[in-house]
Amino acid sequence: MGKIVDLIMQGRILVSDGAWGTFLQQKGLKVGECPEEWNLSHPDDVYDIAKSYVEAGADMVETNSFGGTSFKLERYGLGDKVFELNKAAAELSRKAAGNKFVLGSVGPTGKILMMGDVSEDEMYEAFKEQVMGLEAGGADAIMIETMTDLDEARIAIRAAKENTECEVFCTMTFEKTLSGEFRSMMGIAPTDMVNTLIDAGAELIGANCGNGIANMIGIVEEIRKANPAVPVLVHANAGMPVYCDGETHFPETPEEMARLAPELLRAGANIIGGCCGTTPEHIRKVREAVVNRLIL
Amino acid sequence: MNEILSKIAECVEFGKINKAAPYPPQMKDQDGADELTRQALEEGVSAQDILTKGLMPGMETIGIKFRENKVFVPQVLMAAKAMSTALIYLKPYFLTGEVKQKGTFIIGTVEGDLHDIGKNLVSMMVEGNGWEVIDLGIDVKAEAFIEALKKHENAIVGLSALLTTTMVNMERIAKAIRAEIPEAKIAIGGAPVTQDFCDRIGADAYSADPQGLVEYLNSLVA
Repeated sequence: MGKIVDLIMQGRILVSDGAWGTFLQQKGLKVGECPEEWNLSHPDDVYDIAKSYVEAGADMVETNSFGGTSFKLERYGLGDKVFELNKAAAELSRKAAGNKFVLGSVGPTGKILMMGDVSEDEMYEAFKEQVMGLEAGGADAIMIETMTDLDEARIAIRAAKENTECEVFCTMTFEKTLSGEFRSMMGIAPTDMVNTLIDAGAELIGANCGNGIANMIGIVEEIRKANPAVPVLVHANAGMPVYCDGETHFPETPEEMARLAPELLRAGANIIGGCCGTTPEHIRKVREAVVNRLIL
Repeated sequence: MNEILSKIAECVEFGKINKAAPYPPQMKDQDGADELTRQALEEGVSAQDILTKGLMPGMETIGIKFRENKVFVPQVLMAAKAMSTALIYLKPYFLTGEVKQKGTFIIGTVEGDLHDIGKNLVSMMVEGNGWEVIDLGIDVKAEAFIEALKKHENAIVGLSALLTTTMVNMERIAKAIRAEIPEAKIAIGGAPVTQDFCDRIGADAYSADPQGLVEYLNSLVA
């Protein structure tokens, strides 16, 4: 099937999938329930999500494994099921993906290294266990995402590089500061991230969550200033959540997202997909925008 | 005496824990909060002064810088670490009543939400500003908040949530507390929380950053 980064090097623009967490909630995942447990308890629902993105035209789908390290799973009493739950996550997306790619999702541990919550070795072992499960279930790439700390990102990349044959991708989450700069929660700017992640072994970098697609354009521009060549992926939120009467709404429509997709490509993104609040319809519209751009 | 207190404040602000600590690089090989606090006590500086004229100004400065996005979570965590290192030497004076804390603040992440980074940050900032903090942890039910409030009369309670989905629980818990203890002071915070939401659920205070909460708490005892 080849590699995602090879397709990018050949000049292809690819489309990734949309939200998982908010989609699972729509399907009935309750507050306080473990999303990854659904890979065993509600496999049809998880499969449906992956399938709906493939049908919407995504070239790749993620897995339901964002909180799949032992650090997160043990809070639900599932610390001994890391391999099994991640393998099941990848198998479900693999089954739905057909000849499309599967990105094994790896989110942060929620632990802060500099506070001495955990050691680097413990963190490495946790990521190692997770990525091995994802590879066993058929993931093509490991998608390390929503990172805010460079050390944690670096350790996750190393764990994926050293223990799997998968391509290794990493995106971080940035917010706009009062002075209009982009920084992660831990104060990392997009340009700070570039060399560290690439040196650690990431074959693709980028940004996910924390922003609607408009801000992502600025983030990609910054990454491109630091490195014109590295493959870049964006998973943008459908805007920022608005809470109203017990319900959360993400305001950005599929049309708005698609309208800005060409600008994001001009800024230098190679893969566009969605994060929180995006739906198969968002991905369908982005797919159309990307196809149109190639024809033009 | 004032000089050592301002040095302690500086150590807290810049997160200089002790002499051996490599962070921050510009304070390498200098005494940290650890050494200076012990030295101040030996020199006869009162524990109360160390708290109010050393630790608190340091925490306030870092809190304001954090609000202004001039520093980020790591710098605040290091400041909090330096502060709590110094606080260890002051704890005996809290117990004897020689140092007066401003009051008690109860904090927890609401039921269904397992995130603790923001909650811990707030808890350290509040403690460093002279409050006793009772941390109920994560995934805290309304009953636990109410029980703690009954145990600690006049305490102020803080509810934290990171997820938009757990804001529903925040609303429910705030209302349950209000129903049981009508005079309770309820503060809320977390990434998805807004002033509008605070008004709507009948909480008493919202702040987008820890320093705002500290200012609210201080206003209650001023």
